[in-house]
Amino acid sequence: MIGKRSTGSAVFDAANYAILTALVIVCVYPVYYVVAASVSNPVALYRGSKFLLWPREFSLATYKLVFQYPAIWTGYANTLLYVGAGVAISLALTVCGAFGLSRSYLIGRVAITMFIVFTMYFSGGMIPSFLLIRSLGMYDSRWAMLLPGAVSTFNLIIMLTYFRGIPESLEEAAKIDGASEYRILCTVYLPLCAPVLAVIALYYAVAKWNSYFQALIYLRSRTSYPLQLILREILIQNDQSMVSGGGAYDGLEAYAQNVKYASIVVATVPILTMYPFLQKYFVKGIMIGAVKG
Amino acid sequence: MTQPAVAPRRRSILRQMAKHRQVYVILLPVLLFYLIFNYGPMFGNVIAFQRYSITRGILKSPFVGLAHFRSFLKNYTFWRLLRNTVMINLYGLIFGFPAPIILALLLNELRGARFKRTVQTLTYMPYFISTVVVSGLMVDFLSTRGMINEIVKIFGGQPVQFLVRPELFWGVYTASEVWQGVGWGSIIYLSALSGIDQELYEASAIDGANRAGRLWHVTLPGILGTIMIMLILRIGQMLSLGYEKILLIYSTTVYSTADVISTYVYRKGLLDQDFSYSTAVGLFNSVVNFVLLLSANKLSRSATGGGLW
Repeated sequence: MIGKRSTGSAVFDAANYAILTALVIVCVYPVYYVVAASVSNPVALYRGSKFLLWPREFSLATYKLVFQYPAIWTGYANTLLYVGAGVAISLALTVCGAFGLSRSYLIGRVAITMFIVFTMYFSGGMIPSFLLIRSLGMYDSRWAMLLPGAVSTFNLIIMLTYFRGIPESLEEAAKIDGASEYRILCTVYLPLCAPVLAVIALYYAVAKWNSYFQALIYLRSRTSYPLQLILREILIQNDQSMVSGGGAYDGLEAYAQNVKYASIVVATVPILTMYPFLQKYFVKGIMIGAVKG
Repeated sequence: MTQPAVAPRRRSILRQMAKHRQVYVILLPVLLFYLIFNYGPMFGNVIAFQRYSITRGILKSPFVGLAHFRSFLKNYTFWRLLRNTVMINLYGLIFGFPAPIILALLLNELRGARFKRTVQTLTYMPYFISTVVVSGLMVDFLSTRGMINEIVKIFGGQPVQFLVRPELFWGVYTASEVWQGVGWGSIIYLSALSGIDQELYEASAIDGANRAGRLWHVTLPGILGTIMIMLILRIGQMLSLGYEKILLIYSTTVYSTADVISTYVYRKGLLDQDFSYSTAVGLFNSVVNFVLLLSANKLSRSATGGGLW
């Protein structure tokens, strides 16, 4: 930083650049590979080397198959519903919880906070949760995708930290005007916390978009499967109905292989197009969380 | 004698509550949520001590004490599950935990802001890819004819069946976790690094410290608190991490190293419907987890003076 750099220091800098560049390649190449493979000719890719620097014989054949596959569409619709409605429910509960806990005149505030934080460290477990959902009549219902796990305690604490930072003098003024708690929440707090609200909404949205396990254990009807479960059939269980349904193909295996890449792209594009935006807000969210830590 | 003293106090509490009743109305749905969906399953663990049947329900199923725990501890899979769970987490602690710290330190040594930002943005990306997709990529890339083996062949190696060889599972799994989490995990340390007082660096430079010296005497102590918090949190989740991915990438051929307590609970409970037994195994897991968290917190408090509470 200051003065003349020693040889050792220069060697370190060079090595540092090399290591970080290698890391970037390792992180980016698999994603790039999937995109390149998805727009390659399936048969050409299947016969030749799997190592790609560039799409091989550009073709959108597999995208056609993916878009013709009804389960992709129902999966998409379900995921959009679970993300949309789920984020609304999660956000509402998180805001209410954080607002309530940030009130200094709340009786038993410490006890209630502990009641909530304890769930971060001790969980009821998979089977009792499953049995609870069943006995509530939510098994195989869309509610099972929306209510269990609706509040993330981590997000609640981020929100709470932010609320506590808002000076009480702001609400004093509203109170003198005779505003109710609801009005204070809606007209004083919510506008002030728009950025943190956006961060938390995005946290919830990404988590819900990407999750599969809750759907795996709580849903049975394929018509309510989210996209991730349809992807699981295609990628993990090697379900080839997308390919075989469309008649006999030259190189069924090759197509079956390549629809995987196209499905991944179709299912991940929404997250990755929002990504530059996401990462900016997400980093902000971690920073707010870190202030508390 | 206390009666007159307590009564007005209680009345004033009630008056206080009545005055702010709207706050309690706002808080109520959240408390109900936690009570039902978080505490409900906790009490549901009662069936670990019963021979539970769905038709009889929790109230009427016969009580069997610790029988399920005993049969789990005596089961031949117990040691295998415990070893795999501990080893996969140990790999995570040894390789996965320091990786983001090292990345943050390397990024911190960069002079060019643009290169730093580019590296950050691109290494965050894997974090946003879903578990199902990452697992699908692993199954595809790591197969005999997959992309990774093509690269192995370019360098003159023999193709390896990565996901079929039990002895490779811990390493392969840990590598995938590092791949997905290293960039994202570094953010918290970078934010801690940016909080270090720059004057400390100047002072140590005047004292003649070189870069390694500054790293050791200024940078690392500056982020030690953050490292400890992250370590405790990590230890507190030790036994429940990662099963969602393992469930997708393992197969019977690698059960000997890949089967962990949570995947076993999933199979026993949800596939075989052996509810009481699998609940007992899950409860064992949660309790060990909680004890680990308490010990880590205590250890951290006595070692560095800081902890979660």
